[in-house]
Amino acid sequence: MAERYSSFQSGGRMWLLQRITAVFLLVVLAFHFFLLHFVHHADEVSFLASSGRMEQLSYYSLMILFLVTATFHGVNGVYNALVNQGLTGTKRTVIKWTLVAASVVLIAQGIRTANAWAGIGLY
Amino acid sequence: MSQSYNRGLIEDFGRWREFEAGMWAWIFHKFTGWVLIGYLFTHIAVLSTGIPAAGASEAAIAAGNDVYTQTIVSLEGLLLVRILEVGLLAVAVFHMLNGTRLLLTDLGIGLDAQDKSFYASLVLTGAITVASVPTFIAGAF
Repeated sequence: MAERYSSFQSGGRMWLLQRITAVFLLVVLAFHFFLLHFVHHADEVSFLASSGRMEQLSYYSLMILFLVTATFHGVNGVYNALVNQGLTGTKRTVIKWTLVAASVVLIAQGIRTANAWAGIGLY
Repeated sequence: MSQSYNRGLIEDFGRWREFEAGMWAWIFHKFTGWVLIGYLFTHIAVLSTGIPAAGASEAAIAAGNDVYTQTIVSLEGLLLVRILEVGLLAVAVFHMLNGTRLLLTDLGIGLDAQDKSFYASLVLTGAITVASVPTFIAGAF
C-alpha cells in the first residue's frame, strides 16, 4: 500500500478546501439524511412542512451553507478527476468555466427555492 | 539509490485484475462522487417545483394541492424511486465512510490498516444500507 491514490495534487489550496468541506459535509449530510428520511419520512413531504423548517433562520442558513459546500466539493472533485485523467490546455479552461457556470446556476436555483419556502420575497 | 518503475497508465481499467484495495477504493470513491454530484443537480431541479408552489393559495398549500407536494408525493409513490433512494443512500454512505478514511490517512492515522479500513467501509455501507431499507421503502406499497 505504498502508492498514493488521489485525484488531487497534494498540498494545494483546492486540496485543503476539498478536505475542509468534506468534514462539514460528513456531519451535515448525515443530519440531512437522518432528518428527512428517519425523523420525517419521504412519503410525508409537503410544501407546508418544508416551509416550516426553512422559515427558521438556523435551518435556512445551514441549508444554504450545505448547498454551497456540496456544490464546491462535487464540482471541484469532478474537475480534479478530469485533470487527473489528462485534461489539459483549452479543453481544461473551457471545462473549468463551464463547471463554474453550472455551479453558479445550481447555487442560485437552490437559493431561489429556499427563499420560496422561507417566504423571502427574492425568488 | 532510487529506482523508477513504469507502471503503465494507472487509469487503464483493462488492468482491473491487477488492482489492489487502494485502487478499488479510489475507483469507488470517484464513481460515488460522480453519482452524488449528478444527484445534487437533479435534487435541486425537483425541489425547484417549490418556486411555483409558493404562489399557490393558502388553502391549496394546506390541502397539499400545490405543484411541489404533488410532485414529491407522486415520485415517492413509485417503487423505482424508492429503490433508487436506497441506492443513493448506499452511494452516499460509502463516499462518507471512505472519505473519512481518506481524511484520516491524510492526517497519517491508520496508514498500516488502509486495506482493512477500506473493507470495513464496504461492510459498514452494506450493513447501514440493509438496515435502512424498511424506512426507505415504508409507505411505497
